Amino acid sequence: MKKSIREWFAAWDADRFDLTASAAGPMHGSAKSEPPSEPKLDEPIDRVAAGEIKAFQMIYPILAVVLGTVMIAFLLLTVFDLPPFGAADNPTSNEVALRYVRDGMAETGAVNLVAGVILDYRAFDTLGESHVLFTALTAVLILLVTVDNRYDRITIDEGFERMQHDRIVTTTANILMPIIVLFGVYVILNGHLGPGGGFSGGAIIGAGLILYGIAFGFERLERYLNFRTFRIVCACALCFYSLSKCYSFFCGANGLHTIFSPGTPGRILSAGLILPLNLAVGIVVACTMYGLFSVFKRGKI
Amino acid sequence: MEYFELLLLGLLVICGVSTCLTKNLLSSLVIFMAYSVIISIVWALLKAPDLAVTEAAVGAGISSILLFLTLRKLNNIRKEAEHEEKH
Repeated sequence: MKKSIREWFAAWDADRFDLTASAAGPMHGSAKSEPPSEPKLDEPIDRVAAGEIKAFQMIYPILAVVLGTVMIAFLLLTVFDLPPFGAADNPTSNEVALRYVRDGMAETGAVNLVAGVILDYRAFDTLGESHVLFTALTAVLILLVTVDNRYDRITIDEGFERMQHDRIVTTTANILMPIIVLFGVYVILNGHLGPGGGFSGGAIIGAGLILYGIAFGFERLERYLNFRTFRIVCACALCFYSLSKCYSFFCGANGLHTIFSPGTPGRILSAGLILPLNLAVGIVVACTMYGLFSVFKRGKI
Repeated sequence: MEYFELLLLGLLVICGVSTCLTKNLLSSLVIFMAYSVIISIVWALLKAPDLAVTEAAVGAGISSILLFLTLRKLNNIRKEAEHEEKH
């Protein structure tokens, strides 16, 4: 299956499509072991495949236009049903937003009201987002991790390896990497006091890790961030998030007293669960960003 | 300040259109990064600093890196196809 997709790619790639492109023989998997001189595929099968590709190329733009038109019509029909923009009796302008603005700081203890909403009132959404990221990485892992060495020629590319010996890249990474990671940690820890939070701070740390990996090679990163630590850290962060929110939802729904109090707004150790939840989200996001890059780059973490 | 915002919005439209219209995928990606940076400034001007930070980190950083990687990988597949055509 994989082979035929690659052949399609090779054939579809250029306008210089002809039968020889797809008849070029078995792909590199077996090309290593035997001389790639004679094509093994039969001619009729090839013709069928070429016909399929040509038919697909004809159908594809038509289908794209039809699907696009249907989607646009559907969305525009929905737009006509929307209430007028900015009207006072819209369903969106209800008492919820007023409550958030008026009582948000007292109830959650977060000076940054956005953090108070996404990690306290609406923490369930953020939990879903973290799981979406984790699921995306899992899917990429399933699809792209190289089990055997047959596809090494696809995964290994020289472009980024050349950067390891580039004076400019390594010097820049040397200077910038600690600052980037420090800034990411600052953004995470100050999520309840200022703009930022777990997601953006985690993305910044992930970008710093990627920069380090490009400049100095992933082998040096692997000493403290391999697949094992990655798995454990991500699972622990997600479990902590879920369990602590279970606890606080249970207590909140039943009117019980929680051990997490809002504290004094403005302090670094305040706002109850928001700071640890920001940390958990940040860890998951940083690991996922780095993991996505690493899997795309070389087929493993 | 209003003129500055108008300038940014105009640049935004230009970047968005030219991302689609550029033939070279690499320059298209670079323009897309510029789009992300401009829109993060717009978020900051619209008093949404949370969004601005996230947009700068994810839009201009991570997603562009991933797209660059994808582009490089596509080029590799292309090179491979040419390589095997020669045989």
